[in-house]
Amino acid sequence: MKRETVLSIAVLVALLALPFAGQALGHPFYVTLATRMAILALAAVGLNIALGLGGLVSFGHAAFFGIGGYAAGIVASHAMNAEPLFGLNLPASMPLAWIMAAVFAGLAALVTGAISLRTSGVYFIMITLAFAQMIYYFAISWPAYGGEDGLSIAMRNGFPGANTARPVDLFLISFGLLVAALLLFWRLRDSRFGAALQAARQNETRVAAIGIEPFPIRLAAFVISAMVAAIAGAMFAELNRFVSPSMLAWPMSGELIVLIILGGTGRLAGPVAGAMVFVMLEYWLGGLTERWQLFLGLILLGVVLFARGGLIGLIAGKVRHG
Amino acid sequence: MADPVLQISGLSKTFGALKATDNVSLDLRPGEIHALIGPNGAGKTTLIQQIMGLVKPDAGSIRFLGRDVLPLRMAARARLGLGRTFQISSVVPEFSALRNVMLAVQARQGSSFRFFAPVLADRSLTEPAMAELERVGLAVRATVPAAELSHGERRQLEIAIALALGAKAFLLDEPMAGMGPEGSKALTALLATLKAEAPILLVEHDMDAVFALADRISVLVYGRIIATGSVADIRNDPAVRTAYLGAHA
Repeated sequence: MKRETVLSIAVLVALLALPFAGQALGHPFYVTLATRMAILALAAVGLNIALGLGGLVSFGHAAFFGIGGYAAGIVASHAMNAEPLFGLNLPASMPLAWIMAAVFAGLAALVTGAISLRTSGVYFIMITLAFAQMIYYFAISWPAYGGEDGLSIAMRNGFPGANTARPVDLFLISFGLLVAALLLFWRLRDSRFGAALQAARQNETRVAAIGIEPFPIRLAAFVISAMVAAIAGAMFAELNRFVSPSMLAWPMSGELIVLIILGGTGRLAGPVAGAMVFVMLEYWLGGLTERWQLFLGLILLGVVLFARGGLIGLIAGKVRHG
Repeated sequence: MADPVLQISGLSKTFGALKATDNVSLDLRPGEIHALIGPNGAGKTTLIQQIMGLVKPDAGSIRFLGRDVLPLRMAARARLGLGRTFQISSVVPEFSALRNVMLAVQARQGSSFRFFAPVLADRSLTEPAMAELERVGLAVRATVPAAELSHGERRQLEIAIALALGAKAFLLDEPMAGMGPEGSKALTALLATLKAEAPILLVEHDMDAVFALADRISVLVYGRIIATGSVADIRNDPAVRTAYLGAHA
């Protein structure tokens, strides 16, 4: 087995073991911490499809993450108050919230991507940011679902065979979604679609010169990427039992990019390693000082200067495409 | 005479006050190597870019296999069979030589929207790609990332990519540039066999290669074609000698 494969499995096993080890050692809070890691990793795996494989530095993925959060919140609140949604009395179901999250974020990505992907480089970064901020301000000014105050989830949506009020169940659902997203990323990366996407990142002119249009490939990657981020957003809202416009705001987009760079851009387990380190730092350093992000900044600086492949690259070496 | 594969007529392109392409007419016939020569800044690359679809001409027409290709974008022209190499080697740097050629095979099959099946296990991609690498003599370097190939090997790789596309005409932009004498010789031999595959429009500075390979030569000076003819015609054309060849002839 390749070194990176071993490392990827080790990272996942560590994440899976963390909540149980925490419980055994009398720190039940670690379950929530591990759930937060899994969910942020899930969102970053989504972004990694666009950013890592496609080189599309989207500074607007918070919008898709937030749309997912609102989907979960809206499904929960309608079911709670027995108010019909789209004329239907829908159950408080997580899979339903995921489907809604993926559909709405996918549509938003299709529209914003179709426009943003006409640009590249810093313009692409700015235009994705602009779209995300538009959606953010829309959420603030839309009173139906709490506006600026956000929307509380009094009772989590259900999942067949699980008690979503139990932290361990919520962790296992999040972890399962993360594994599914990693499988998706892995298959996409090695497929024809992935080959065209990664080639377009490295040499757009070459790709066009052999007869493959980069635009539809990138648009598809952007939409898939947004859908995964949205499902993560739905789980984030479930975890916090709360969704607010801040989930849609640009610092969240930045955080997702930081996770990827920390772990290793375009690497399978990069987002997972990144999310684990990020949440750990947030918890430990955050307990020591309010200015913990200063130290995060220093670590990020170190990674960018000395370990361009992130944590995964540091241990597993450079990417080799067969 | 057979219909030309590529026919350019009255092509013009102006950048500000500079006439980069000035009423150029040129054709490429089946089975020939048509060399395009001219001093630096004569507008050779601009002309190639217009044929490929990177630059839009102001006037004139470009017909390929009897079809007007001006409305088509670069990728669409490539799908019709315009195979191109670049003046500066242009491959996908992180991909191995094999995967670079596999991408071209994939492009030819027109199937980039397959999301799950791994390419490295797909013999409809690996086998034709490997065959093209063997033809250009690069099979032993198949798994080396393109970025780690030597300059000459990258040129060979570009030709393997053009072959894998099943190109119906090759536009080769200075394939000899930066090659040592040994490499140039090997590449000249490769190009001579390549023209049986499809005609070649060859932009080249290396006069030895041009005179060895070309069936016809067109001379481009300040955006205009001042002469077209056989190797002997061009060698003896007084206008060409003054304008360009001078020391070489």
